[in-house]
Amino acid sequence: MSEPMIALYIFVLACFVGYWVIWGVTPSLHTPLISLTNAISGIIVVGAILVAGSEDAGPLAEAIGFVAVLLASINIFGGFVVTNRMLAMFKKKK
Amino acid sequence: MRLGTDLLALAYLAAAVLFILGLKGLTHPASARRGGLFAMAGMALAIGATLLNPAVKSYGFIIAGLIAGAAIGTVIALKIKMTAMPQLVAALHSFVGLAAVLVAVGTYLTQGRMGTLGTVLLGELFAGAFIGAITFTGSVVAFGKLQALIPSKPLQFKGQHWLNLALAVAMFGAGAQFVQHDQLWLLLAAAGIALALGVLLVVPIGGADMPVVVSMLNSYSGWAAAATGFTLSNHLLIITGALVGFSGAILSYIMSRAMNRSIVSILLGGFGAGQADSSGAVALAAGQGAKTAAVEDAVFLMANASKVVIVPGYGMAVAQAQHALKELMDILEAKGVEVKFAIHPVAGRMPGHMNVLLAEADVPYENVSEMDEINPEFSTTDVVLVMGANDVTNPAAKTEKSSPIYGMPILEVYKAKHVFFVKRSMKPGYSGVDNLLFYQDNCSLVFGDAKKIAEQLAVELRAA
Repeated sequence: MSEPMIALYIFVLACFVGYWVIWGVTPSLHTPLISLTNAISGIIVVGAILVAGSEDAGPLAEAIGFVAVLLASINIFGGFVVTNRMLAMFKKKK
Repeated sequence: MRLGTDLLALAYLAAAVLFILGLKGLTHPASARRGGLFAMAGMALAIGATLLNPAVKSYGFIIAGLIAGAAIGTVIALKIKMTAMPQLVAALHSFVGLAAVLVAVGTYLTQGRMGTLGTVLLGELFAGAFIGAITFTGSVVAFGKLQALIPSKPLQFKGQHWLNLALAVAMFGAGAQFVQHDQLWLLLAAAGIALALGVLLVVPIGGADMPVVVSMLNSYSGWAAAATGFTLSNHLLIITGALVGFSGAILSYIMSRAMNRSIVSILLGGFGAGQADSSGAVALAAGQGAKTAAVEDAVFLMANASKVVIVPGYGMAVAQAQHALKELMDILEAKGVEVKFAIHPVAGRMPGHMNVLLAEADVPYENVSEMDEINPEFSTTDVVLVMGANDVTNPAAKTEKSSPIYGMPILEVYKAKHVFFVKRSMKPGYSGVDNLLFYQDNCSLVFGDAKKIAEQLAVELRAA
């Protein structure tokens, strides 16, 4: 099996995992769900790091990589911090 | 230390599992914080492993970007008001989109240097760039609407859908050329058209349809990450992108179902453009006139009630009335009155918006009920207080076949003994449809600002 086919297999199976996991999320936590998925979509930082850190592609690629790392990093930290802030507010009755 | 291919893959697998467990944690508020920690651990692991990838040769730009981003992101997230969450989320989505475009262009530059560009990779680069570009500008427009920088009214012009179609065709044409001829400018042209398309897709959508737009953009940002994963043959990105993409897609589906409209009709836009609807029933009802009541009337009935249900809507968020409502709840509970909050799925500007605001005001989540839970309880409810919601309580959705909101599931507040409807003016709700509830015998309108009325109710109830 070629690499793109393996990737396709993983993608389709992950879609099913996503489908079942997300339907289980309670509606009261839909806003934290959006901010948490927002934070983890910052995983694109992995691609950004590979661009920013590959020295041989010249300064333009490095600059593009730097901006991409910066944006993804804002997403990761902003998303996780605000999710935490929200989840800390959901309390049980005392 | 450098990680070999297998160790790297193992670290990514662990990160993917942590992300799934993190989302799974949101099944219940009690396990949610642990879920957040799982997701954070997954992210730390993924970043750490990537830094040890032998392909990473210099660290200056990476460390600078990570630290600057961490500082900016943390400060914004700590300062943002809970009522501004929809704007923040839209802004963050735009960053993912732009990052995906940059990674696509950057990957083209780095991989091209090594001469490893096959047609499959070129196609994947195009996908990453155009999905990212649409996510970017679409989110910027959504941010502008939510922040009231641009009018939240739907913006429509003649031939809009044809223009969008033409742009989409041109974009895929440029993409196909790029895959065949391997020229950077073609990739940039396709991305440029996608940027314009992102703007045009969101401008025709009105304010109260924003829960769907925010969810859709959430979904797009996931697909953009997945497409990037394909270009880099990175399975962690593919898995994460699929999870996020499906999360947003499911939320969009839940939201559109809660409005009884198809996702397509919402995305085509134009709903609530203010086309005055004057069907027979509405005109008739208007002739019957609606009752108004003073705060004192509501206080009297609430003080003697055994069960009170409060229905918050976007108006509560605008007036910042959540804290005043929590005080009202405390006073009523001290008097032995059962108090619940009833939330319609599309109340507010993003999914779960009301729940977060009530949580911020320290309302315990046991007191907050979703539509399906609370609807059977309205017939045994003494007083319903509607605060800044409108269309979601309109019985026309059940009875008037000609109404634009016919078929939309509603909170059945009309079944309660008494309904007090707090409103600033007689203006109809987002749909432009008159609320038939106003003309029922058990409903009284209380005119005023949601927060002021809630505070007044609290003060007078305490004295009662």
